[in-house]
Amino acid sequence: MAKLVIDNVDLFYHRVQALRGLTLEVNEGEIVALLGNNGAGKTSTLSMLSGLYRPKSGTVTWGDRDLTTMQPWDIVEAKLLHVPEGRRIFSTMTVHENLQLGGYLVDDQKLVDERIERAYELMPRLRERRNQEGGTLSGGEQQMAAIGRALVGGPKLLLLDEPSMGLAPLIVKQVMEIIKEVQAQGTTVLLVEQNARAALRIADRGYVIESGTVTMEGAASDLRTNSKVIDAYLGA
Amino acid sequence: MTQLIWNGLFVGSFYALVAIGYSMVYGIIKLLNFAHGDVYMLGSFTGFLLLGSVSGLLGTWSLPVLLLVLLLSMLFTGTIGVIIEKVAYRPLRSSPRLAVLITAVGMSFVLEYGIRQIFGPSPRVFPVRLAGDPIFFLDARITLPQIVLMVIAAALMYFLQRYVMKSREGRAMRSIALDTQASLLMGVNVNKVISRTFFIGSALAGAAGVMAGAYYGSIDFLMGFIIGLKAFTAAVIGGIGNLYGAMLGGLVLGLLESFGTNWLGGQWRDVFAFACLIAFLSFKPTGLLGERVSERM
Repeated sequence: MAKLVIDNVDLFYHRVQALRGLTLEVNEGEIVALLGNNGAGKTSTLSMLSGLYRPKSGTVTWGDRDLTTMQPWDIVEAKLLHVPEGRRIFSTMTVHENLQLGGYLVDDQKLVDERIERAYELMPRLRERRNQEGGTLSGGEQQMAAIGRALVGGPKLLLLDEPSMGLAPLIVKQVMEIIKEVQAQGTTVLLVEQNARAALRIADRGYVIESGTVTMEGAASDLRTNSKVIDAYLGA
Repeated sequence: MTQLIWNGLFVGSFYALVAIGYSMVYGIIKLLNFAHGDVYMLGSFTGFLLLGSVSGLLGTWSLPVLLLVLLLSMLFTGTIGVIIEKVAYRPLRSSPRLAVLITAVGMSFVLEYGIRQIFGPSPRVFPVRLAGDPIFFLDARITLPQIVLMVIAAALMYFLQRYVMKSREGRAMRSIALDTQASLLMGVNVNKVISRTFFIGSALAGAAGVMAGAYYGSIDFLMGFIIGLKAFTAAVIGGIGNLYGAMLGGLVLGLLESFGTNWLGGQWRDVFAFACLIAFLSFKPTGLLGERVSERM
């Protein structure tokens, strides 16, 4: 069982501390929501998991792998994929090329084509737009393309950074359903969100982080009814 | 008129080959590699040495031998390009742009005066000189070697275009140019792809160097300086960072020069070329095909 364990991690950008003793776990097969406001350390957590930044102290393990010593491309090779904040679609490349890039490390071209086909089945809008440049898509379509691109890498663990950002409520719902479906097909998901309501609807468990440290954790159903969470993140 | 166009396209295809390397490297790491013209010079000298060592086999000129020498020289200059990136530019990747730019200028001097140490300051005569009886086509005087060199240049550019636009590695190159961090998240080993880009760009410059040596007959250690600046001009005209732009820019610059010299006289050639550079930088800094406004160095 490949369990993700972040234990007592400190992370700095130059002199600014982004994570302070962060500790959390993601079990295989779960959707775990990571909630918090701007600057709480959500994106830093994901960037660290992808090998873009190294923690100053603490351990990060996934199964028997030590993620703090691996290069970003080795982490992708191990099937941990990251859908970054703001989608980061390659704007002058077509949707299809974007999806192909998701399979950059997959040597079997037939497998890549199969996975692209599955992504198109999951998100038919992408098939309609396959020859369009990524930059011409709507926000929701770009989010789907970004998720589809990561799926072509065949993720065992998928990190999603604010997939609902800037999307209309109806589209947010669609995206959340896609994420649920991805989990149903056997991928573990760590979902970073400011939209706590949408995230807790599909998550199994959740963490709330503030200033780089976990302040609350529990089953998603408990967090949804927790008065502090309601006041701080779910609004009226 | 047809003669001017032909001359322009011929010289332009050399500019295009060198400009491609300039532009690809700029596209991917936003570095103006001022040592690039000197890699072209290095190509000439490699061709010079190789041709010299097999000259016993040569008659007046033999195409297979020239092609083999071309290929070996490309491998050599490509490897040198990779080494240059590794030794001089990679350690400075997160340094301010200006530091890398100055390093590139320094690298240019290293190559120029390194070659001067080995081969001396005076021009060398290339062991083969591609000459041939002219063919007249629509009043233009065209020689067979010119056609052969143009075909080689076009073939190289065709294969490059296929590679960049259709292959997995080509996609990775384009993705880094667009968004390096997102490429990392796709599992692209950025260091490898940058090395590969330097290899290809330097190999093409080396090819142009060998062909120029074989065509003009005389080479020297500073020959890369002007062509480097011309290639930069071509890259800017086409839209720096854009592959098709580099090819188009090379041909356009060749044509501009050809017509410019015809009106102003041969001594104005470089003045005219660089006046075009200044005009483009002032009025259309994104070039003919560039979309994004390029950052100023």
